[in-house]
Amino acid sequence: MASIKFENVIKSYGDVNIIKGLDLDIQDQEFMVLVGPSGCGKSTTLRMIAGLEDITEGNLYIGDRVVNNVHPKDRDVAMVFQSYALYPHMTVYENIAFGLRLRKMAKEEIDQLVTEAAETLGLAHLLERKPKALSGGQRQRVALGRAIVRKPSVFLFDEPLSNLDAELRVQMRAEIANLQKRLGITSVYVTHDQTEAMTMGDRIAVLHDGNLRQVGSPLDLYDTPANVFVAQFIGTPNMNIVKMKVSEDGGKLTHAAVEIDTPAGWKDGVAACKGKDVYVGFRPEHVREETESEWTHTATINGKVTIIETLGHEVVVHFLVEGETKPMIAKMDVHRTPRVGDTVTLHINTNKLHIFNGETQERL
Amino acid sequence: MKFKIATPSHYFTDLHLPWDRHLNEWPEEKFVEVARGIHRNVVKFISNQGKVYALKELSTPIAEKEYGLLRELQELELPVVEAVGLVTHRDANLTDEEKAARKSLDGRGLLITNYMVGALPYRVIIENGISKEQLFQMLDALAELLVRLHLSGFYWGDCSFSNALFRRDAGLMAAYLVDAETGDLLDEVPDMRREFDLDLARTNIAGDLMDMEAAACLPGGLDPIDLADSLVDQYNRLWSELTHFEVFDPEDQFLIEKRISRINDLGFDVEEMEISIVDGGKKVRMVPRVVEHWHHKRKLASLTGMHVQENQARRLLNSLNRYRVILSEREAKEIPLPVAAYRWMSEIFNPSLQAVPAELKGDLEDAELFHEILEHRWYLSESSHADVGMPAAAVSYVENVLKKRKS
Repeated sequence: MASIKFENVIKSYGDVNIIKGLDLDIQDQEFMVLVGPSGCGKSTTLRMIAGLEDITEGNLYIGDRVVNNVHPKDRDVAMVFQSYALYPHMTVYENIAFGLRLRKMAKEEIDQLVTEAAETLGLAHLLERKPKALSGGQRQRVALGRAIVRKPSVFLFDEPLSNLDAELRVQMRAEIANLQKRLGITSVYVTHDQTEAMTMGDRIAVLHDGNLRQVGSPLDLYDTPANVFVAQFIGTPNMNIVKMKVSEDGGKLTHAAVEIDTPAGWKDGVAACKGKDVYVGFRPEHVREETESEWTHTATINGKVTIIETLGHEVVVHFLVEGETKPMIAKMDVHRTPRVGDTVTLHINTNKLHIFNGETQERL
Repeated sequence: MKFKIATPSHYFTDLHLPWDRHLNEWPEEKFVEVARGIHRNVVKFISNQGKVYALKELSTPIAEKEYGLLRELQELELPVVEAVGLVTHRDANLTDEEKAARKSLDGRGLLITNYMVGALPYRVIIENGISKEQLFQMLDALAELLVRLHLSGFYWGDCSFSNALFRRDAGLMAAYLVDAETGDLLDEVPDMRREFDLDLARTNIAGDLMDMEAAACLPGGLDPIDLADSLVDQYNRLWSELTHFEVFDPEDQFLIEKRISRINDLGFDVEEMEISIVDGGKKVRMVPRVVEHWHHKRKLASLTGMHVQENQARRLLNSLNRYRVILSEREAKEIPLPVAAYRWMSEIFNPSLQAVPAELKGDLEDAELFHEILEHRWYLSESSHADVGMPAAAVSYVENVLKKRKS
C-alpha cells in the first residue's frame, strides 16, 4: 500500500510547461480521479507516476520514497489501459495467470494468486471457461484480473472505459469502484468524463491547462466550486454563469435580465467587489417555472425558449435572456414543459448561488 | 453522418450500408470473410468496388485519434495499414425515438482501413503450420518494426503479434502495424517510455504465443517465454547497432564507413553523423542519426522505379549488382549502375517473370515471384554444381514448383 505525493512538480517539453507546479497528496488506499479537458495534463500526470515521463522539476513520492529517477519496473505500479483482448484458446485461469507465468513464478503461488483474484472478481466458478463463453462484463473482469493478480501498491487507470459501449461503461464504473474499495489499493484514474469522475472517485482533482484547479470530494466540487472553470466543468448540464455588477453598497447584483439581492452568506465576499463585476453561477436544477417550498430567497428572470431536450422524467430547457448571447439552462418538470419560442418567467433559488471574482474568476 | 475520406481512390460512401447502426447490428450478408486476427474491438470486413475494407467500431475520440495517427505514420512511410476513412455523427439523421432505441451508437465512430492483400495475422500463419525458423523471422520482423517506430518517435503502447500483420518478404517476414489506438507520436520517445513499450511487447507476445501453445499450434519444443525474450534481445541488438556511439582513434576514419555500411545492411540510412573530438583531442566520438529507413527499397526505386518491400529490394539489388559485374566482365568496361539497372530489368527481371503463366502466379507479387525463382536457381545450381542461369531456372520453377503447388 502507498500514498502518492506531488511536490511542486513541473513537466516541460522544451519551453512549454505542461504541468505547472503541481502539489497534490493522494492518500493510501484512496481512489483519486484526475479529470479535465483534452490537453489539461492529466495523462501526463499519470505517466509521471508510472515513470513513463521524466519530471522536469520538483519531487514525486510513492510512499516515503522519491521516485523521480526510479525505473517504471521498480515502482510497483500497475497500469490498466483501455479494454484488453482476451486470448481465445486460453481459459479464464490461464488468461489471468499468464503474466505470473511470464515472471516464472511457482505454480502453487500462481494458483493461490489467481484463486484469490477470481474470488474477488466473482469469477471463481468460471475459471475453466474460455472467453467466448463469457459476457461482456465478465470479460472486462478477467482483464482486470490480469492487473490485480500482480498485487501492486498502486493502480493507474488511463481512461480504461473510454472505448466501451455506454451500457457496459456504466456497469464497469461501478465494478471498478467496488473492486478498488475491496482491494484497498491506492488508485489514480484518468478520465475526461466528469460524470465518470463524479461517480467513481473518493476525491477528484480537476486539471486545466497544466494547473490543478481544485481537489475535493465529488460533493465539494459540485456544491462549492473554487472557480468558474470547475463550476462549469462539473455537473451536467453545465452551471449557468452570468457576469453581474455589484451595486455601490454591495446589496444588489444587477444584470440586464435579472436583479438579485446579495444573499446573506455572500455579503462579506461581495463587499470587496462593490461597484465591480462578478460572475454569478446557478445550476439548472435551481431554475424553475414555480418556486419550491424550501426556496426562501428567489429572483425572477425572463427568457425566450430556444431548445427543449426531453430526458423522460424531466426536460432541459435552453432559454435566451436579455444581454446574453449564450442560452441559459433550466431543468423542469416534464408536465410543465414550455414550447420553443415561448417567453417564460423563471425563478432562481438565490440560496444556491455561486459568486466568483470578476477578474480572477476565483470563488469569493 | 460525416464521412472523412483520405483519398479519392477509396470512395466507399455506399449509402446502402447501414452506417447509422452499430457494427454488431449490421446484417451478416453485408460482410465478407477474410483471414483475421483477434480484436478487442468489434471489427468486420466489407467489400466495395472490388476492394476489401476493415471497419472498426470505436468511441469517436479514439477513432479520430487512431485515424490521425495512422495517416501520420503513413506519411512517415512507416509500415502501417492504410487508413482510408472515418465515419462520425452516425446518429445525426435519426429521430429522438431511433436514438433512444440505438443507445449502442451513442458517441461511436467507425475507422475504415484498407485490407492488406497478402498480409496475414500471426495466428492464421501459425495455425496453418509454421517452422521454428519462420517463427523467429516473425519475431525479428516485429522487433524491427518496433525499432523503426521508436526511431520515428512513435510510442506504440500495445505492441503485440495481435496488433500486427505479416507479409512474406523475400524469404523473410515483414511486419505491419494495424492497431495504433494506444499510440502517441512524439518528437522523441524517452528511454523510460521506450523500455516500457518493449516490456509491454514482451508481455503481449508471450501471451499471444501461450495462446497458440494452448491451441497446440506452436512448433514443438518452443517455449513462449523464451520466444518473447528473443524479441527483446533482437530489439536491443538492433537498437544498439543503430544508435550507440563509438569512440576511436582519429586515424581510424574508415570505421565511420564501416559503421554506415553495417547500418545500411540492416536496411537503414544514416541521415547525418555527429562527430566530436574527445579525450583532449586524442579520440573521435561518432553518433549516427538514423532516421531514414528502407535503404534498399529507396535505392531500388531510384534505379528501377519498382516499389517493393525492403527484403525483396535487398534481394533484387543483389541480383542487379551481380548482373552488373557479369556485364562489366563481358564487355570489359565499367558499366554505370543506372545502365546496369536498365539492362537487368529488360534482360533478367522481366523475361524471368514473363516465363511464368499468369494463371500460376496466384497472389504472389512480382518481386516475391522473382525471389522464388532466384531461390530455385540456387538449389538447381547447387545440385548440378554449375550455375544454371535464370532462363532455365524460370522454366524449371514453373514446371516443378508452381504447377505442383497449384495441383
